[in-house]
Amino acid sequence: MTQQATAAGKPAAGTGRSELGIAALLGVAGAVVLWDASRLVVPYSVSDPVGPKTLPIIIGSLLLVTAVMLAVNVLRGGRGQAEEGEDVDLSHPSDWKTVLPLAGAFVLNILLIGVAGWVVSGTLLFWGSVWALGGRNYVRDGVVSVTMALLTFYGFYFGLDIKLPAGILAGIL
Amino acid sequence: MDTFNLLLQGFSTALTPMNLMFACLGVLLGTAVGVLPGIGPAMAIALLLPLTYNLEPTSALIMFAGIYYGGMYGGSTTSILLNTPGESSTVITAIEGHKMAKAGRAAQALATAAIGSFVAGTIGTALLAAFAPLVVKFAVSLGPSSYLAIMVLGLLTVTAVLGASKLRGFASVGLGLAIGLVGMDPVTGQQRLVFGIPLLSDGLDIVVVAVAIFAVGEAFWIAAHLRRSKMSTIPVGQPWMGKQDWKRSWKPWLRGTALGFPFGAMPAGGAEVPTFLSYSVEKKLTKHPEEFGHGAIEGVAGPEAANNASAAGTLTPLLALGLPTNATAGVMLAALIQFGIQPGPLLFQNEPILVWGLIASLFIGNTLLLLINLPMAPLWARLLRIPRPYLYAGILFFATLGAYAVNLQAFDLVILLVLGALGFAMRRFGLPILPLIIGLILGPRIENQLRKAFQLSAGDISGLWSEPLAVGVYAVVALILAWPLVALAWRRFRPGEEAVQVPASLERDPHQSRL
Repeated sequence: MTQQATAAGKPAAGTGRSELGIAALLGVAGAVVLWDASRLVVPYSVSDPVGPKTLPIIIGSLLLVTAVMLAVNVLRGGRGQAEEGEDVDLSHPSDWKTVLPLAGAFVLNILLIGVAGWVVSGTLLFWGSVWALGGRNYVRDGVVSVTMALLTFYGFYFGLDIKLPAGILAGIL
Repeated sequence: MDTFNLLLQGFSTALTPMNLMFACLGVLLGTAVGVLPGIGPAMAIALLLPLTYNLEPTSALIMFAGIYYGGMYGGSTTSILLNTPGESSTVITAIEGHKMAKAGRAAQALATAAIGSFVAGTIGTALLAAFAPLVVKFAVSLGPSSYLAIMVLGLLTVTAVLGASKLRGFASVGLGLAIGLVGMDPVTGQQRLVFGIPLLSDGLDIVVVAVAIFAVGEAFWIAAHLRRSKMSTIPVGQPWMGKQDWKRSWKPWLRGTALGFPFGAMPAGGAEVPTFLSYSVEKKLTKHPEEFGHGAIEGVAGPEAANNASAAGTLTPLLALGLPTNATAGVMLAALIQFGIQPGPLLFQNEPILVWGLIASLFIGNTLLLLINLPMAPLWARLLRIPRPYLYAGILFFATLGAYAVNLQAFDLVILLVLGALGFAMRRFGLPILPLIIGLILGPRIENQLRKAFQLSAGDISGLWSEPLAVGVYAVVALILAWPLVALAWRRFRPGEEAVQVPASLERDPHQSRL
C-alpha cells in the first residue's frame, strides 16, 4: 500500500517545487479579483453599505494571503498530498502520454461539435479517449463509440427534447 | 401527529409509479457508481443535473437521494472485496471488511454492511423526519444576520476542520468563492470578473463547474496515474449471516447510528469522523479484541451503520437550513437552485410535497437497496471488471455531453476544460475539492445575506450581531480560527503525550478520496 509513504505528508508523486505553480496561480487569481474589484463603481447607498466591492476585496485578499503562505510552506518543504483512489497508482509520475492525447480528443470535440455535429465529434471523443487510455481493440472500440454517440443523440432528442447539433449528418439523422 | 400526517402524505407522493421508478433508478445508479471506481455519488448527480432540467423537481430529487444512499451501499461492497475504499467514509470498512473477506467471510461482511446500512439508514431517516421540522420551527424565526453567521460557520468548518492541510483548504475555498463572483452583482447590476466576455455575464453555471471539477478533473487525474497492474477482487457468494454474526452485529449497528446521525447533521461532521469513532468504540467494547485487525465483524457493522446514519444526518441541515455539509449535499443544493427552488427553512412551508415526498422516498429507497444489495452483491461486484478505458472515456463523454446540453454552446466546453485542468492540479497538489464546491455555492448566498442584514439595519454594522444566535455562532467561528493556536499551546505544555493511536490508513486526508 502507498499509504505508509503518504502518511508522512510526502507522497511519491509530488517532489520538487512544482507546487509553487499553485501558489503563483493563487496569487494571479487574487490579483485579478482585486484588479477587477478596483474598477467597480460603488454608488452611494444607505441601505447597501456593503456594495459590490466588499466581497471581491475580501476574496482577493484571501487568495493573495494563501498564495504567500503556500509559497512559504512549499519552500520550507511542505507538500500537498496527491489524491489517491481505487484506480490511482501514485508510484509512477503523471503519465503525460495518456493525458495529452486525452486532452487532444477533448479539444477536438470542442472544435468539431458545432461543425460536424455531436454524432461525429462524440464518436471521435469517445474513441480517442479509449485509445489514449490504452484501448487497442480498434473494431470493438469503434463500434462502442459510434453506438454511444448515436444512442445519446437520439436519447436526448426523443427522451429529453434537447436537440444536439446534427452537423454534417443533418439530413441523415 | 402533524409530522406523521405529513410523512404519510409524503408516502403518497413517493409511491406514485413515476416517483417510484425514479427511486429505483436512483438506487440502482447509486449502487453502480458506489461500486465503480473513479465515480462517486457527487459526480454522478453532477453529471445527471443537465439531464433533469425538464423533470419534475420532486422526481429528480428523489432520484438524487437514491443515488446518495445507494453510493453508500455500493461503496462498502468495493471496500470489502477490493480493499480500496471508494468513498472516504468507507475507509474504515475496508480495514476489517477486507480482512474478513480474505479469511473467507466476505459473505458475512457484505451482509452485516448491507443490513447495518439498512437499519441505520431507516433510523436516521426517521430522525431526519422528526428533527428537521423542529430545526425549521426554530430557524424560521431567524433573521439574515443569523443565517449569515451559520453559513460562514458552514463554510469555515468545511475548510478548516476537515482536511489535512488548513492552508490548502483556504486556498481551495478562495478559488471557489472567486468562481462564484463571476457574473452580475445582484444589487447594483455591475459585471464582476466578466472581462468583457458576454457569455460570462450570467455567471458560470454551477453544473458546468461541478462537472468540470468532479468529472473532468477526476478522469484526467486517474488517466495520469492509471493503475496498470490488475487488482484482485475476492470472489463472493450470496451474503448471509449466522446467528452468532447477528448477535455480534446488532449493538454496533445501533451505536454506529447514534454516532453517525448527529455528526452528519453538524456543519463539519461528515461521515469520516463518526465511522472512525464507531470503529474505536467497537474495538473497546468488543468481547473478541483478538479479532480486531484480523477481520472482526463489529468493525464492519458499526462504521457502516455510522456511515449511513450520517448521510441521513447530512440531509437535516440541507433541507432545514439550506446548508450543505458535504460534496453530495452541495450538488443536491445546486439542483434545488437549478429548479428555481429557494433552499432554506421556508422550503418546508413552500414545498411540503417535495420535502416530505423526498423523506418518504428515503425509506423506500433504503428498503430497495437492501433488496438489491443482499441477493445481488456478486452481480454488482462484476461491475469492477469493466475495462478502464471505457469507464474513463465514458466519464469524459458524459461530462462533455452534460455540460454542453446546459446551454448548447461550445464555450461551456472550454470552461469545462479549463476548470477540469484546475481540478487536475488540485488533486495533484493536495488542494481539497470540497471547499471549492461549497465556496462556489455558499459564496453568493453569503453575500446576499450580508447585504440583506445591512438593509434591515439600515446600514448599521451592529446589524450583523443583532441576534443572539449570530453572536453564539461567531464565537464558535472564532474558536475554530483560534484552534491551531490553542492546540499549539496544548502541545507545548504536554510534550510527552502522543496523539491517540490511529490506524495507518486513517491518516490520509478524508477529502483525498474521491467524492
